[in-house]
Amino acid sequence: MPHGIPDYNLATVEREVPATEPPAWEVNDKLKVVGKRIKRTDALAKVTGTAVFTADVQLPGMLYGKMFRAGIPHAKIKSIDVSAAQNYPGVFAVHVLEEMIEGANPKSGEKSSRYPDIKYAGQPIAGLAAVSADVAEEAIRLIKVEYEALDFVVDLDEARKPGAPVVFATDVDQEASDGGEDIEQGLKSSGNVRGPSTRSFYGGPRGDLEKGFAEAELIIERTYRTQVQTHCPLETHGVVVDYNQGDVTVFASTQSTKNTRNDFAKAFGLPKSRVRVISEYTGGGFGAKHALGNFGVMAGHLSKISGRPVKLMLDRKEEHISAGNRPNSVQFMKLGAKKDGMLTALKQLSYGTAGVGLGAGVGRIAQAMYDCPNFKTGQYDVFTNAGPGAAFRAPGNVQGAFALEQLIDELAVELDMDPLALREKIDKSMIRKVERERGARRFGWTHKKAGSDKGPVKKGIGVAQAHWPRIVNLDSTVEVRVMRDGAVEVRSAVQDIGTGTKTVLAQVVAEELGLQTEDVTVLIGDTLFPIGPSSGGSIVTGAITPAARNAAYKMKQKLFELAAEKLETDAGNILLEAGTFALKNDAEKKISFKDLLRRMRVEQLTETASRSDDYGGFMVGTIGHGELGSVQFAEVSVDTETGFVQVERMVAAHSCGRPINIGQIESQINGGIIMGIAYALYEDRVIDKSTGHQLNPNIDQYKMPFSFEVPDIQIELIEDYGGRSSTDASGIGEPANIATAPAVANAIYNAIGVRIYDLPITPAKIIAALNNAKNKNDE
Amino acid sequence: MNKFSWYDAASLDAAQKEVNATVSETLQPGTADDAVVYKAAGIDLLDLMKEGLSRPSKLVGIKNLPGLDKLAFDSEAGMMLGANLTLARMAENSAIKENYTALHQAASQTATPHVRNMATLGGNLAQRTRCWYFRAIEHHCFRKGSTTCFAHTGENENHAILGYGYCVSVHASSLATVLTAFDAMVEIRTAQQALKVVPMKDFFVLPTVDRTRETILEAGELIEKILLPAPGKNTLSHYLKTGSRKSQDWPMAEVAVVAELSGKKCRKATIVLGAAAPVPFVSEAAMDAIRDKVINESTATAAAKAAMQNAVPLSQNAYKITVFETLIKRALLELVA
Repeated sequence: MPHGIPDYNLATVEREVPATEPPAWEVNDKLKVVGKRIKRTDALAKVTGTAVFTADVQLPGMLYGKMFRAGIPHAKIKSIDVSAAQNYPGVFAVHVLEEMIEGANPKSGEKSSRYPDIKYAGQPIAGLAAVSADVAEEAIRLIKVEYEALDFVVDLDEARKPGAPVVFATDVDQEASDGGEDIEQGLKSSGNVRGPSTRSFYGGPRGDLEKGFAEAELIIERTYRTQVQTHCPLETHGVVVDYNQGDVTVFASTQSTKNTRNDFAKAFGLPKSRVRVISEYTGGGFGAKHALGNFGVMAGHLSKISGRPVKLMLDRKEEHISAGNRPNSVQFMKLGAKKDGMLTALKQLSYGTAGVGLGAGVGRIAQAMYDCPNFKTGQYDVFTNAGPGAAFRAPGNVQGAFALEQLIDELAVELDMDPLALREKIDKSMIRKVERERGARRFGWTHKKAGSDKGPVKKGIGVAQAHWPRIVNLDSTVEVRVMRDGAVEVRSAVQDIGTGTKTVLAQVVAEELGLQTEDVTVLIGDTLFPIGPSSGGSIVTGAITPAARNAAYKMKQKLFELAAEKLETDAGNILLEAGTFALKNDAEKKISFKDLLRRMRVEQLTETASRSDDYGGFMVGTIGHGELGSVQFAEVSVDTETGFVQVERMVAAHSCGRPINIGQIESQINGGIIMGIAYALYEDRVIDKSTGHQLNPNIDQYKMPFSFEVPDIQIELIEDYGGRSSTDASGIGEPANIATAPAVANAIYNAIGVRIYDLPITPAKIIAALNNAKNKNDE
Repeated sequence: MNKFSWYDAASLDAAQKEVNATVSETLQPGTADDAVVYKAAGIDLLDLMKEGLSRPSKLVGIKNLPGLDKLAFDSEAGMMLGANLTLARMAENSAIKENYTALHQAASQTATPHVRNMATLGGNLAQRTRCWYFRAIEHHCFRKGSTTCFAHTGENENHAILGYGYCVSVHASSLATVLTAFDAMVEIRTAQQALKVVPMKDFFVLPTVDRTRETILEAGELIEKILLPAPGKNTLSHYLKTGSRKSQDWPMAEVAVVAELSGKKCRKATIVLGAAAPVPFVSEAAMDAIRDKVINESTATAAAKAAMQNAVPLSQNAYKITVFETLIKRALLELVA
């Protein structure tokens, strides 16, 4: 199989391949459909509005669900009176939730009262279904809840103090979601602080930290802070549930048809075979849509009670306060190095809050990115009275990279080295070496002294790197069907959250069958089809495309047998190219794909195949230099008199194994960079400390980037063959989002000569930092 | 949003007969259930209704009233702007661009193209503050009838540095900042169909005077037009705003300067700050500092410093002083650039 990077170290590697799987593809240059810019198969449906998202689903007799949410951040519920809502004209069902399935939960499972305790403002309590959304909204106001209010804490630093109000009185656990930040099970809590977690799939501490610092010629200690970011998908979380006496259909805006089905079956004590989940189109998902959620359970009960389908979509405010977020962090970093730049020791201590949930680790990027013999991390979860965190596009790593990649930049400044040259020295990853080289060339990187521009508006450049492990999921099965009229169909339960999964499946099958993308119909996002992986962890392309190719290959073998009969030869003598079966040594003896199918004795042939284990073994289990690394370069301008920052240009050098669809990959990288800029400069969930309520649960005062904030983005995409599966592809969604914020932060430092240690880097912080620096100089 | 009925008024008289409350009155506790209010574009009102802060029983549509969207310019008489003019029309109007530069600049930088296509001049001036405590149903704040200003000690990065009392909100309208600088007059039609003309600066009400409102408008009263004096000879204007984003952002700070020049010398200037105080803040100190001075880096800086002399920042917004100093200085220098 091809192995390595074209133009650098491309070679071949021997792999043991299961008998049912196809021989290796050559590099993309030699392929017809894979590795090209292919228009999305659903582009027209999306731009013309015919694509049906969950928010668009209308069923006969459908009711509209609405949740009643806690008005205070911490309380015990004394009583709930739903009678007025129940009697409101047009209300068909009312339900009070008995447990919370989101966030962390006490291990004991014991309940202190009939109702779940309120642990954050906006926690769902009850819900109802009515004939219209308007009626539901009016009726929900009639629900009365009597609380016994408790002291609360919403701030990370306050919550860590002794004597702070305690969110969970006993130890808690929580399962990590697909692609979510690791959650080490069984850790103890003290007050609101749980942990530390010191191990990950990269192993535990290594070397001897004390010795490492003793050997250091230079030690840098810094503290970095990151904010809480909310996901803000265009389509909010939501479902339409038709309970239908236990033959359930759930339309869901989800990243996992599989998990949604499993959660529903569990919540309602149904066999998984009685629950069908459909997600033909999902309007964005960044890690928080992996489960059914309390709202999904609520919709299930309301549909069960009313006997009608119930639609329950969260509104934008509910989305902000209850549907997940990226936990914040404070990271205490200590780095030891030799004067030549070699690292001797790295210590990381972090605290973060996922509100009432777990998963505030910082991703172990510090553990895995650089060559450093002595390393130790201690990562603590801190509970606060705020909505539960969730996986969010490279969970942990985005926070971790902001600290690590500025720390390395600071080391370069201390050593008076080019930060790119320093990384060249301490980073062993081959792919990032190539990315640095290609990216720097495209960017025109020349080391520039910080704050050296004249005038109030200063330009700066910065670089940062990303690490993301390559993860595979074996719940990846694809069925390929061919029909007598020539139709080719691909089926899998995997969902397309906007990344282009449908299109890559069509490409892979078309490539294998010598067809074009448009010859293949892709039907996905339905648990009636063979199981698909969750869309998280940048797993999907690497997991599902080999299954699709394997199934198409099996189908091709069948068709070869058929063609051999028609062409009166052996199957081994036949080639399939450009829609035609022909003899290898006599191209005149041929039959077209369509003609062959027309002559089938049966109406339809079906082949199913799954993802097998990686040919070369999984990446994880070793200290990995992330295979899905990236290097990003930023150019910014900073108005030092108003604090206004404009990101002018980004160059992003990326790899994702064998690229399948160049346009879609670039689109993912663009999105990752824009989201990273938002994280660096704009987005910030603000909760009032005295009331516990979020002050900006909207997209007016919660600031997202719009068109003027999008820089000139240039992408260097590098093919990186590993001989790991029949497509050798990987995902790109998460690696695209990791390096951006530190690259921008390093560029801001380079522009103004003062470093900002907490996110987002707002004009207020820039002005304050510059004024502080000026006052110090004046002294 | 609550249920409400809708009446699309065909005439001013008919509209005024229906209305019995101001939007501000509907935000106070104990408002009657039968409040009837005006709706022009509804940009501000619908936000307040969606949040559940305002629950009027009836909206009276005034967007289609005949004659309210007129614009007229006469070099002797000045500019007349109908209250229903959209921000988009103001932004593209050449008479405004040529004679009232700062107004053109503010109208074209406010909000988004979509909002500017809908939003009206009258609605823009009558909108309520964007203070996030005021805008949130969960916070029963001082301006909504309680005794607590949460921002005073809470999250106040976006709040006032000048001219505030207990309430530290800032006024939301950029047009108000600019029109105050132009000494515009507001022509109001009272509930009794009489005309009342007041200077722009008297149109706005400080919370220290009445915390429940931001303008002098009474129930049933309607802004009919805005009158700008004829552009003075040798008079130039400039408007600058800054925020964290370039796209659709409420100003972190904004400045409108209207000055009569003689060469590079400033005969007199009106300097108004937005997002600085609960109403557009006329900086007498800056105006005094630049009067009869040649505008240059040092005099502009001195005027900017003078403007901030009495600023008292809150816990999170000291940065605004630097930003305002920058904008005032740059706006003055732009006049002579």
